[in-house]
Amino acid sequence: MSQSRMLKILPWIVTPSLVVLIVVAWHVIVTTLNVNTFIFPPPAMVWDSLVTLLGEARTWEAVGVTVTEVLIGFSIAVVAGLIVGVVLGKVHWLELSLRPLIVISQVAPKVAFVPLFVIWFGFGLTSKVVLSALLAFFPVMLNVLLGVRSVEQGHREVMQSFNASRGQTFLQLEMRSLQPYLFAGMEVGIVLATIGAIVGEYLGGNDGLGNLVVSAMNSLDAARTFALIILLSLIGLVLYLIVNEAKRFFIPWHESVYGLRNTTG
Amino acid sequence: MLTPTIETSEAGTETPRLEIKGVGRDFHTKAGVTHAVSGIDLTIQRGEFVALIGRSGCGKTTLLRMIGGLLAPTAGTIEVDGKSLWRENNHVDSSAITKLGFVFQESNLFPWFSVLDNIALPLKLRGVGKKERRARAADLADLVGLSGFERSYPRELSGGMRQRAAIARALSTEPELLLMDEPFGALDALTRERMNLELQRIVLETTSTVVFVTHDIPEAVFLADRVVHMTPRPGRIRQILPADFPKPRAVDLQTTPEFNDIVRSLRHDLDEEE
Ligand SMILES: Nc1ncnc2c1ncn2[C@@H]1O[C@H](COP(=O)(O)OP(=O)(O)OP(=O)(O)O)[C@@H](O)[C@H]1O
Ligand SMILES: [Mg+2]
Repeated sequence: MSQSRMLKILPWIVTPSLVVLIVVAWHVIVTTLNVNTFIFPPPAMVWDSLVTLLGEARTWEAVGVTVTEVLIGFSIAVVAGLIVGVVLGKVHWLELSLRPLIVISQVAPKVAFVPLFVIWFGFGLTSKVVLSALLAFFPVMLNVLLGVRSVEQGHREVMQSFNASRGQTFLQLEMRSLQPYLFAGMEVGIVLATIGAIVGEYLGGNDGLGNLVVSAMNSLDAARTFALIILLSLIGLVLYLIVNEAKRFFIPWHESVYGLRNTTG
Repeated sequence: MLTPTIETSEAGTETPRLEIKGVGRDFHTKAGVTHAVSGIDLTIQRGEFVALIGRSGCGKTTLLRMIGGLLAPTAGTIEVDGKSLWRENNHVDSSAITKLGFVFQESNLFPWFSVLDNIALPLKLRGVGKKERRARAADLADLVGLSGFERSYPRELSGGMRQRAAIARALSTEPELLLMDEPFGALDALTRERMNLELQRIVLETTSTVVFVTHDIPEAVFLADRVVHMTPRPGRIRQILPADFPKPRAVDLQTTPEFNDIVRSLRHDLDEEE
């Protein structure tokens, strides 16, 4: 078998094996050490909880709420991040004068603002969307900014030699060469947007999967909490894969996509 | 739109395609001032093929970039068809730029466009409709021997194929003046020879004027009507040697004594630089 075939098959062997291994180890540890199943439930109990959970209508309602929050927050972050990133990338003096502010707002623990968001935007959807958007905004914006600045000089000269206008250079060159950066920011952003929505739900309101986690915890149902965490991870995975698939579709020419498809080992 | 620009000359008193007078360029860096190019006088007639040779760092690229409207001279004037290329405040005359085609040392193709879209890009920028520009780009791909690769991405091409795509792109606007900066620098000797023949054929077919930078003396003599030899610090023209062999030229030309006399004399002069 060729090395490239091997490389393609490898994840499909390694990942399931690892999952099985972890589940078995989990089971063995919990049963042999006689841990209280209320504190650390064995895999079988979690599985039962997961099946029950997926059978409940309100779970799916909660999934709908959380995914809506994530998607709205993420969309806002992408649009705002793209616009702000492009403007800051192109207008150097603006970026320079705002840099301290950007750094501060970037390192500030934004999750700490949730109580304020609840006061301002209420217990409903809006406060979660705001946190979700805020968390996803920075990676998108910073990557776009980097992308605008990373246009190859040689490519610029090509546009110059063809007498391209500023608008043409922007559309045909700058917007194109920042795409890989935008997608890199989006891949980080979608994960943070999911975290933002869930943390928002933890801390305020009575909707969404985050809220289900809180009520499972309040009733000391560790198995159900585990099951919800698994469900949340699966949702996060699906959202990430959608962004990743979009990247493959929109920038098939880029190393990160093309190189993977054509590894020769 | 590819509207033909009105020639300022009338028949009889033909203005040269390119007139370079006293052109110089200084660079101010932390280390001080570099006189990259100084006091260049060169007149190039329509349809002429001029090769620029000289040691690394003698200012060939700098000169070509000034002719191509990419870098403003700090002294002298450059006229394309009798019209000044550089205006005050280092602004470039865009009507002159539309007559030029630039082939860079690296192919500089856009990785997000297919070969066809890369070749068609200059036409797109001029507002040529999609159907027409694609048809013309396909013709050009054929001209440079890339038919069958129209839909490939640049990364799927070899270095020589990329360079040919870049040449096709430069040709797409039917430039009257083609500027080429070591376009075949990265190619092996055999591919290079084939590219030289192809370039000659294309230039004869399109009757363009060419300024061609190279390190390779036989390549310069083989392709050019005149070989301009530049010396460094500051970059100046040391001599201009005619190489008037009938065109089209065949590879055999390189074994004739006349050809080798010119090559030897140029090599001798290049060696003489301290
Ligand atoms: N942007 C720049 N800033 C400062 N100095 C420069 C710049 N561009 C060129 N130079 C200097 O100008 C001189 C000529 O450079 P140029 O690139 O024109 O040489 P060249 O003849 O094309 O060399 P090569 O054959 O290696 O490509 C060099 O000494 C170089 O250091
Ligand atoms: Mg050079």
